[in-house]
Amino acid sequence: MNTLFDKIWDKHVVQVVDDGPTQLYIDRLYCHEVTSPQAFDGLRARGLKCFRPEKIFCMPDHNTPTHDQDKPIADPVSRKQVDALERNAREFGLTHYGMMSKDNGIIHVVGPEKGLSLPGMTIVCGDSHTSTHGAMGAVAFGIGTSEVEMVLASQCILQQKPKSMRININGQLGRGVTPKDVALYLMAQLTTSGATGCFVEYAGEVVRNMSMEGRLTLCNLSIEMGARGGFVAPDDVTFDYLKGREYAPQGEAWDKAVAYWRTLRSDDDAVFDRELTFDAADIEPRITYGTNPGMGIGITENIPTTPDYPLNPNGRLSQQELSTLKSLQYMGFKPGEKLLGKKVDYVFLGACTNGRIEDFRAFASIVKGHKKADGVVAWLVPGSWAVSQQIHDEGLDRELAEAGFEIRQPGCSACLAMNDDKVPAGCLCVSTSNRNFEGRQGPGARTVLASPLTAAAAAITGVITDPRIFL
Amino acid sequence: MKQKFDIITSTCVPLPIENVDTDQIIPARFLKATDKAGFGENLFRDWRYDKEGKPVKDFVLNDPRYANSVILVAGRNFGSGSSREHAAWAIAGYGFRVVVSSFFADIHKQNEMNNFVLPVQVSEPFLQELFASIKADPKTEVEVNLPLQTITNLATGRSEHFDINAYKKHCLIEGLDDIDFLMKNQTKTKLWEQANK
Repeated sequence: MNTLFDKIWDKHVVQVVDDGPTQLYIDRLYCHEVTSPQAFDGLRARGLKCFRPEKIFCMPDHNTPTHDQDKPIADPVSRKQVDALERNAREFGLTHYGMMSKDNGIIHVVGPEKGLSLPGMTIVCGDSHTSTHGAMGAVAFGIGTSEVEMVLASQCILQQKPKSMRININGQLGRGVTPKDVALYLMAQLTTSGATGCFVEYAGEVVRNMSMEGRLTLCNLSIEMGARGGFVAPDDVTFDYLKGREYAPQGEAWDKAVAYWRTLRSDDDAVFDRELTFDAADIEPRITYGTNPGMGIGITENIPTTPDYPLNPNGRLSQQELSTLKSLQYMGFKPGEKLLGKKVDYVFLGACTNGRIEDFRAFASIVKGHKKADGVVAWLVPGSWAVSQQIHDEGLDRELAEAGFEIRQPGCSACLAMNDDKVPAGCLCVSTSNRNFEGRQGPGARTVLASPLTAAAAAITGVITDPRIFL
Repeated sequence: MKQKFDIITSTCVPLPIENVDTDQIIPARFLKATDKAGFGENLFRDWRYDKEGKPVKDFVLNDPRYANSVILVAGRNFGSGSSREHAAWAIAGYGFRVVVSSFFADIHKQNEMNNFVLPVQVSEPFLQELFASIKADPKTEVEVNLPLQTITNLATGRSEHFDINAYKKHCLIEGLDDIDFLMKNQTKTKLWEQANK
């Protein structure tokens, strides 16, 4: 009567500390340049080496420019951080995929793509979107830099065991409704703290029928409901995706691995701490209106009104209502209004959320035969060089170029604007990334989160548009 | 930042906003440092300073009445979003020893503890009463007693028990961290590896 989460977690328990956390063994650690330098410093200060260097993979992604990557990074502070990762990887004997190497890209895109993230593994990275790798049927979660240091030093981490939650999504997704919309819908239902303390297993017909890319998007956004992580039990979709990938087992080892992976499912009588069920028919293309990912609506809906609005903000509004109004003020929106038809300044396709080949196919399917709207700046940023290559191989780059779109070089880019891809203050960006927090895409930038289809519709019309009219 | 914990009594900085995410605590453009120093100066940067870099008058960290507080009191779901430990370094670097909220995001909570900042989760009524006490009198003090696991609003006398596991409590009181523990337990890790080849 165990959940899949229990099975993977329990197998990795080295010991449980009395009235304390669990010492958990970690199969894979990924390091990027932003959250690792202080961890390596910590090792040096303590005179420690990496305990299991072969289980650790490093690559820069947050600071990388999306053009001219063959030249040194112009921003000296970014360059220093990227250089520090390369130096640390060399000093501690770790694999490093540098900028311009064909293996480079966003960690959460590269890991699955190379078969480094496998079913049944425990996977961590100093990055909250590590939950992405859960799509492979792994227990994957984001950690802080102190914890990165723990794993570098000991290949273990101390954690309280999270609670288990299952979210079932039954039925069939409607036309133009993507895994991104499913995730945005779940966030709005659960809020950004609704799954805090939990590991979520995604199940049901919709998830079973979802491609690997779709599952990666869904699991990626688990953290935006507050969840520690999210995952999908591995099945033939997973195995087909993994077979032949660089680090996936080969030959006899593959058959043995698949036989084991097939046992990785929650028992029929497994009991979850919490279980929720949703109907796919209730989900339409989604969009956010506020400054956290849970503040979202169906694209045809209106921004909710608070019952007391419009009271004097010094009046009787609750803390929650005040927080909502603060959000709307930041976004320049009013309670009760529609988002459809709002003028769009920027469109961003990419990030660990929607920077994979299917996302580019989806975007291209809408813009093909149209032209980018004047006045819209569009950044199309593949999640990795491998995705970039596939875009080229499939001829999508030519279709996109004909419509007025250019493909940039891979990296996290405008998702958090640590490189030059910053949305100016006051500008509205329809973004396929994961967070619409204040200033996330640049100081004063206004972000609405949406699927690649919705982003594409905005890019050719110049306003927020229901993508279904193009399907 | 290994500071030993015992009993802390201080006035509080009130931040009655819900869902404060770590991008607000420390915006991404300040994450490029390769050490842990100086993040306190940019704590809540975009709420605290305007575009020209001048202090925003009505933001609480710029209010001299709270200048010596070592306790931050924040609305529900504090520290959501990015896992950046820089947020905890900013909070610790600014001089906070305790953060009080009615709910914390998982990763940030862990990051605070790993930097010897104590997250104290209280009930919503306790939190709201504390905000009211501070509003009525900014000199309102709170006592946080880690050995007894209690937090007391000294203006009203209302006291609550808070949760922390015995291991982490011991670490905070003794100034020990998890790496000290994990290195001592490396033999167990090797045994696990042997058994799970």
